[in-house]
Amino acid sequence: MSAVVDEHDHHADDHHDHGPAKGLLRWITTTNHKDIGTLYLLFALAMFFVGGAMAMVIRAELFEPGLQFVDPAFFNSMTTMHALVMVFGAVMPAFVGLANWQIPLMIGAADMALPRMNNMSFWMLVAGVLLLASTLFMEGGAPNGGWTLYPPLVLQPITVGKALPFAIFSVHLLGISSIMGAINIIATIFNMRAPSMKLMDMPLFVWTWLITAFLLIAVMPVFAGAVTMLLTDKFFHTSFFNAAGGGDPVLYEHIFWFFGHPEVYIMILPTFGVASTIIPVFARKPLFGYASMVWATGSIAFLSFIVWAHHMFTVGLPLAGELYFMYATMVIAVPTGVKVFNWTATMWKGAMTFETPMLFSIAFVVLFTMGGFTGLMMSIAPSDFQYHDTYFIVAHFHYTLVPASVFILMAAGYFWLPKWTGHMYNEKIGQLHFWISVVSVNVLFFPQHFLGLAGMPRRIPDYAVQFADWNMISSVGGFIFGISQLLFLYIVIDTIRGGTGEKVSDEVWEDAAKHSLEWTLPTPLPYHTWTTPPSVVPTEHVLDSH
Amino acid sequence: MSTNTAYYIPHKATWPVIGTAGLVTLLAGFANYLNGSSIGPALMVVGLIIFIIMLVGWFTLQAIESETGMYNHEVGISYRHGMMWFIFSEIVFFAVFFGTLWYTRNLSVHWLGEGATKELLWPSFEAAWPTNGPGKVGGDFEPMGAWGLPFLNTLILLTSGVTCTWAHHGLLAKKRDQLIKGLIATVALGFLFVAFQAFEYHEAYTEMGLTLGSGVYGSTFFMLTGFHGFHVCVGAIILSVVLFRSAKGHFKPENHFAFEAAAWYWHFVDVVWLGLFIFVYLL
Repeated sequence: MSAVVDEHDHHADDHHDHGPAKGLLRWITTTNHKDIGTLYLLFALAMFFVGGAMAMVIRAELFEPGLQFVDPAFFNSMTTMHALVMVFGAVMPAFVGLANWQIPLMIGAADMALPRMNNMSFWMLVAGVLLLASTLFMEGGAPNGGWTLYPPLVLQPITVGKALPFAIFSVHLLGISSIMGAINIIATIFNMRAPSMKLMDMPLFVWTWLITAFLLIAVMPVFAGAVTMLLTDKFFHTSFFNAAGGGDPVLYEHIFWFFGHPEVYIMILPTFGVASTIIPVFARKPLFGYASMVWATGSIAFLSFIVWAHHMFTVGLPLAGELYFMYATMVIAVPTGVKVFNWTATMWKGAMTFETPMLFSIAFVVLFTMGGFTGLMMSIAPSDFQYHDTYFIVAHFHYTLVPASVFILMAAGYFWLPKWTGHMYNEKIGQLHFWISVVSVNVLFFPQHFLGLAGMPRRIPDYAVQFADWNMISSVGGFIFGISQLLFLYIVIDTIRGGTGEKVSDEVWEDAAKHSLEWTLPTPLPYHTWTTPPSVVPTEHVLDSH
Repeated sequence: MSTNTAYYIPHKATWPVIGTAGLVTLLAGFANYLNGSSIGPALMVVGLIIFIIMLVGWFTLQAIESETGMYNHEVGISYRHGMMWFIFSEIVFFAVFFGTLWYTRNLSVHWLGEGATKELLWPSFEAAWPTNGPGKVGGDFEPMGAWGLPFLNTLILLTSGVTCTWAHHGLLAKKRDQLIKGLIATVALGFLFVAFQAFEYHEAYTEMGLTLGSGVYGSTFFMLTGFHGFHVCVGAIILSVVLFRSAKGHFKPENHFAFEAAAWYWHFVDVVWLGLFIFVYLL
């Protein structure tokens, strides 16, 4: 083993740097942030298709009223597992993968601060997901009480079979993985920045991940505690959620959502960070309102801790509670509005071009705003009594996750893959992927608003005939969206294998080096970067606030 | 802030994936055991053995690297960030159970004893603390008092915090003797605490009718004190490793992260106990 300090003896040129080890062991034992980032991203992509396949089962069953393809318990397993796989297996790991690749590059660090723990975070994630996936093949099937795992439902023998302890330990492992990843990100950002980079010089992606990492450390143990109590209630005779013993099932909901609401922001804040990175590059302008973006991110993170019971308006809260959580939730629209305004203002009078990453980012701004608006509708407690547990909420959170987080993850792929691999993706197929996705995602989720308002409950395999038409349209959109993602898979593989073959410059995108440090490095990126930190850091992205 | 030039970055790591394999085997075994499968306990033992091998191997590796001067000042800062935020996550984990205690004691138990719930479901239930609920789950029990063993344990842990700091002063003043004596005292007090707690649990189960199944009082009591006791064990084991290394001549006044981390952890466990003593035993 050698230290970075050793490598300086022979690394006058980065290209002659210490390269990766050979073979499979390279990937198992790697401590390199780029390798681990790649592992995270590929794992997330695989899980995106696993979770997507589950969504296809759901949409196929809902294509028509009546029971067609699967039995109701399996259908419920699919809704539960689709959520768990997409949240913990796809979206969160994908953003951790981006953090691994980008944070050291963007702050001028040689690697993540704690490289061995970085390796462990990834393998804990794999172990957790394997434990969860193993329940699919068990007697009684996978967990089917919903991803929220509410008691008393999940504690009843018929709903869980043998799956519950595996699901709970899976949550523990995923929690350990996330906490270790978050600690690493915090240590890296605080301790490994290039000496000349002040906190308020950091690219917004780094800022949003710093704040997200705090959210992770603050709430993953909360989820771990909640499911631990489920475990003891089920197997060790405790009464935490059992009213006969003096406990209260509603307590679980409070604890879960104290985790759950920050959790949804864990998936959206890095999304904001990537959007704030991509939009200025293609608008050829500095990001509008850098400082306000940082403060808005912090405000949203803070507010996420004090709004949890808006998920529980119908559970029987005291009136004061309903009012408090209603108004507190509405306040979130303010910092979020600041962000949407800033992205729009960044594009205002910009010399815009519309390459695939920019297309996905613009679609994100528009469609995330729609998801935000339906969120605002549901924050109104009396109205929420109508929307609660209907397809309206399904439409709402899918708008904030699919055409927001997932679109931005794809934008990030198109944006950075050329830098990482040194190969250009096929712009024509990229744009085709975008247009099919953006149309089909709306065909898929927009009708679900109507279904929800008309009263169709979520998590059911069968429904009244009156809901048939919109469900069919939604399913058609779902199938097109699902299949069109194979285009993305194709593009990723193709780009890694050589792409269009055209030469990619160090900047990749015009004047990108003005915005962030990674574009000042050679393309393709050497295995080790920033073994000596950069002396000057770009400040174009913070121009507005200086 | 880092200058990077001497920041140690290992080029491969084998212990993380071994540790993960151990932990997932342990948990899969535990899940199988809970489901009544006969391979559960065997899997747990295998997983635990792998996990312990990982701990020994990884700690040894870190100790060698630290003693051979591979970690510069910045690496030390990263480790401190790591330990600090790990402890923060532990604090949050305990906060969940303290919050549960607060919620049941001050809110949900009262709701069970008033209004329609009382009239329609459990007319004879009087909301009070401690309770095992309107269903008298777990049968009659006697709540745990504060002034016997628990108070003694409080004194033990507080004293161990002092001996730990005394050992730290010894390290800083290059008094190896004081360092080792202080650590021996701390570890001994830690295990004494655990022994007393085991005795207390034994008494609760055999004499007082107080078990994990004694309604929400038993649940919160054993969950909070049990997780704390587990953390005392972990802290005492970490301190034992530090003691072992001190005896081998490791640590210098300017380079002793492992000692600091163990001491931080120990003080954290100490503070949690004070919270327990007040909210679980005293009030």
